[in-house]
Amino acid sequence: MPTIHVDVVSATESLYSGEVLCVFAPASTGELGIYPKHTALLSTLKPGEVRIETDKGIESIYVSGGIVEVQPNVVTIFSDTAIRASDLDESKALEAKQRAQEAMENATESQDISATQAVLAESMAQLQMINKMRGKKG
Amino acid sequence: MAVGKEIRTQISSIKNTQKITSAMEMVAASKMKKAQDRMLASRPYCEKISNVIGHLAYAHSEFEHPYMNSSEKLQRIGIIIISSDRGLCGGLNTNLFRHILKQVVEYQAKDIKVDVCTIGKKATSFFKNSGLNVKSVLTNLGDVPHFDDLLGTVKVMLDGFDAGEVQQLSVAYNKFESTMTQAPTIMQLVPMVAGESDNMNHYWDYIYEPDAPEVLSALLVRYIEALVYQGLVENIACEQSSRMIAMKSATDNAGDMVKELELVYNKARQAAITQEISEIVSGAAAV
Repeated sequence: MPTIHVDVVSATESLYSGEVLCVFAPASTGELGIYPKHTALLSTLKPGEVRIETDKGIESIYVSGGIVEVQPNVVTIFSDTAIRASDLDESKALEAKQRAQEAMENATESQDISATQAVLAESMAQLQMINKMRGKKG
Repeated sequence: MAVGKEIRTQISSIKNTQKITSAMEMVAASKMKKAQDRMLASRPYCEKISNVIGHLAYAHSEFEHPYMNSSEKLQRIGIIIISSDRGLCGGLNTNLFRHILKQVVEYQAKDIKVDVCTIGKKATSFFKNSGLNVKSVLTNLGDVPHFDDLLGTVKVMLDGFDAGEVQQLSVAYNKFESTMTQAPTIMQLVPMVAGESDNMNHYWDYIYEPDAPEVLSALLVRYIEALVYQGLVENIACEQSSRMIAMKSATDNAGDMVKELELVYNKARQAAITQEISEIVSGAAAV
């Protein structure tokens, strides 16, 4: 099987590095499936799950947005703050959502509202991911 | 015995100081290890994103982002200065500031004005009175800086670039070379200095999604933030190792001072005893 090298990095750590069969990334225009010999591509990412399929199984990493660069045999995913999905702290996500909602109620300026909306979308995506992971295990 | 009371007080106060400095040395040593780990952990991101920027320079894009290439005449430049929040770390901050001021004088000789953005209390209090235009300030980052903290500060400077107020942006920080050496560094952020790239001379370009300007802006802003963040974590590692060394030499010096004072104290004590004996002897002889 042909493989493609994938690196997932965030500003504070390297999250994944290795040869894989294919990788799926939540691009802003829709999910991208990348197989070996993909053409060169640059895209922004939205909050969601990066799924990496190797011959040993599937691994998933949560990204809260970022950039993906594709070269025919290398894929690099820059995650804004990527934490391993199983490490996600559900209460933190809930808290953030609550704070965002509180802020929404108090927000007056349009800029504040758009900023909190982004936070809200992000924590929703985190919660969704946790539920999904839980379903897989339980 | 009243002899050398002052000397004894001085010795005990030096010993107390020595205890403090040696405790600070140990704290700095353990923090340094963590700071170095953080510095190494954030390197892959920086390296990979530099690679992509390198690729971009070779891609034959129809769209040219202003950050990539700018031929405007330099009239005003912006410098992001990264320093520590706390002192007692040897000449770390002073060396950096001196390096920056030298550069600033060179710019001013060419009639180029300088805007600064300061990160850390030391830089803030130093450049507040330097006569340069301080555009933004960020302090109290602690030992574990968060990427988010930086975004606002960097944005202020990038907005300045976008608006054409400054034609060049640099970041100044202490580069971590080893525990013993830290090098004050000024690195140009925008316009970008094209990096080297492996053999990519054939004609090609990326597919951009959603479109080139948007992706490139997102990428380049992240690249700049990553460089500033890397500078910040390196500076923290430098701060801790420099503090460790400063405190170690302070502890050693305190030890030397205690030794010298003890010698002086003992001499004074002996002189007093000798004098007392000779007084007794001469008293006895008189009787």
